[in-house]
Amino acid sequence: MIPSKQIKSVSGRPIPLPGNDLDTDRIIPARYLKCVTFDDLGQYLFYDVRFNSDGSQKEHPLNNEKYKGGTILIVNRNFGCGSSREHAPQSILRYGIKMIIGESFAEIFADNCTAIGLPIVIAHSGDISNLMAFAQDDPACEIKVDLEKQEAAYGDFTIQVNQPESVKKALLAGTWDSTHELLSAKEQIESVAKNLPYLQFRS
Amino acid sequence: MGTALVDKVWDLHKVRRLPNGKDQVFIGLHLIHEVTSPQAFQMIREEKLKVLFPKNTFATVDHIVPTEDQSRPLKDPLAEEMLVALEKNTKDFNIQFFNFASSKQGIVHVIGPELGLTQPGMTIACGDSHTSTHGAFGALAFGIGTTQIKDILATQTLALSKPKSRRINITGKLNKGVYAKDVILNIIRLLGVNGGIGFCYEYGGEAIDRMTMEERMSLCNMSIEGGARMGYVNPDDTTFEYLKGKEFSPKGEAFDTAVSWWKKIASDKDAHYDHGVNIDGSKIEPMVTWGINPGQAININENLPEVKSLNASERETAEEAYKYMSLPAGKPVKGIPINVAFIGSCTNGRISDLREAAKIARGRKVSKKVKALVVPGSQQVQKAAEKEGLDQIFREAGFEWRQAGCSMCLAMNPDKLQGDQLCASSSNRNFKGRQGSSTGRTMLMSPAMVAAAAINGAVSDVREFL
Repeated sequence: MIPSKQIKSVSGRPIPLPGNDLDTDRIIPARYLKCVTFDDLGQYLFYDVRFNSDGSQKEHPLNNEKYKGGTILIVNRNFGCGSSREHAPQSILRYGIKMIIGESFAEIFADNCTAIGLPIVIAHSGDISNLMAFAQDDPACEIKVDLEKQEAAYGDFTIQVNQPESVKKALLAGTWDSTHELLSAKEQIESVAKNLPYLQFRS
Repeated sequence: MGTALVDKVWDLHKVRRLPNGKDQVFIGLHLIHEVTSPQAFQMIREEKLKVLFPKNTFATVDHIVPTEDQSRPLKDPLAEEMLVALEKNTKDFNIQFFNFASSKQGIVHVIGPELGLTQPGMTIACGDSHTSTHGAFGALAFGIGTTQIKDILATQTLALSKPKSRRINITGKLNKGVYAKDVILNIIRLLGVNGGIGFCYEYGGEAIDRMTMEERMSLCNMSIEGGARMGYVNPDDTTFEYLKGKEFSPKGEAFDTAVSWWKKIASDKDAHYDHGVNIDGSKIEPMVTWGINPGQAININENLPEVKSLNASERETAEEAYKYMSLPAGKPVKGIPINVAFIGSCTNGRISDLREAAKIARGRKVSKKVKALVVPGSQQVQKAAEKEGLDQIFREAGFEWRQAGCSMCLAMNPDKLQGDQLCASSSNRNFKGRQGSSTGRTMLMSPAMVAAAAINGAVSDVREFL
């Protein structure tokens, strides 16, 4: 059994990325899905909203000097909606992001983040607005997210953050890479399969 | 209190409760394609794992497929590399692959049902968010990421949190010119693009009961656009009739046994749901999207909404949408000139979709200003359409008739918008840049509405053509 890494806390500088419903096509355009490994995806993160067709930079938080070196993305509502492409969280992770704090996340995107050990946490809308404003004023500030306490601390402030209990446990215990845990129930898996009517009558 | 299908199917497939509180759930049918699976096979090899149930996984190639010239090697070397990887992976791990030569290749959510792989009561997963399509048969079907594909390959199970249930009742009959696409766009407009997060949708009511299987597939397909990872319709006689005689459907006595089990797996009449919504189907009109997410949709006879008329929480995205779409707020949506018309995709690339569009195209001509293409959802759809002469109707009207694939829905093949072209599209997403140009614009609508728009060269009311 290969245990995955325990993730108990994350610290880093913020990158505020305002906007609701930022979809997976925005996070990584489909043309960059033409690959057989995830290795090079970091460079394509938010490509079409960061770069013009001639390669010159557009105005975007990821292009903004003041957020350079930031590792904690701060986002709004329904982040990651759309496609199931794991390329989206993979490109975020490989760009160097260590955590995402947001108002809410699309479901498949959230599952994909957990599966690759990229922690995401939810915070209240008002807290997100305050945190974004603080980060814009003081981009060098350090945010510390404690997953055990489900708290994020920055400046003189501490806000509550949330994760589904199962996600929190998986990150703290280092069981977010679930394959080996799932495989350990091989006999039970085979017994469920034996009792599925449709596997008997499929021609 | 009775039990809903979602609860029955979940319990049947539950292996155990995991220490973190999630359920380990068996996946009856696993579908794979070339875009999201290669890295999963790479992980299987690196972690020295085996594929536990190779007979429960089926593969096809769809996203990167060119629709004009499919000769090998494919002209795009990256597309060829992905196809070669899928060929190798399916061969190495004994997985059945419906390739070009099989005559069964097509969009994964078109071929699963048409081959009879998709059946009621199953759990179905695929590395593609539109896997919800298969819910049309009364299956729990949902999209997953690549690491989860690895989990299924290695264990045939996933670690999942059980969703809440929401019953969506569409009462009454749909009017002429109103299709499943209009129903789902209406639902998303009403409940929002994030309204379904954490829910599994059950669609029912008279309008749904009357739908064909292909209409139910279009409906369930876009559950994810409303934030719901899965959506289903209870299996009924329409479902059983559709499945009869399909390649992978049970045969002879086994079919009768299956039907009696499929009936039992449907929701009980007094089933409990966590939430419910009622919509009067007779009031639904043909719908068109005007923005950059599928919830930004209006009736064909409405004016484009003024930003200030929208809920406060929707205004920011609406402003962003108008900036991107360059459409005039407050003006009618009808009559907006289009540049491209696309009929196809896992939402609306089936034979009945092509028939409805062909009814509009027959004897008419595509506007000279419009590039119009029809891309059948599978090789079998293509063959059936050609047998009926639909290809001729489309060609004579000025549409290009292509080969099967995902095509301009997400433009991973050569079919792309150019610059800020505006496309009337029967696909499922109007996200910025979705159709292959970072400034390209998409308006979603039913295939018949796309055909009408292609002919008029502008967004039109299909009912004026019927």
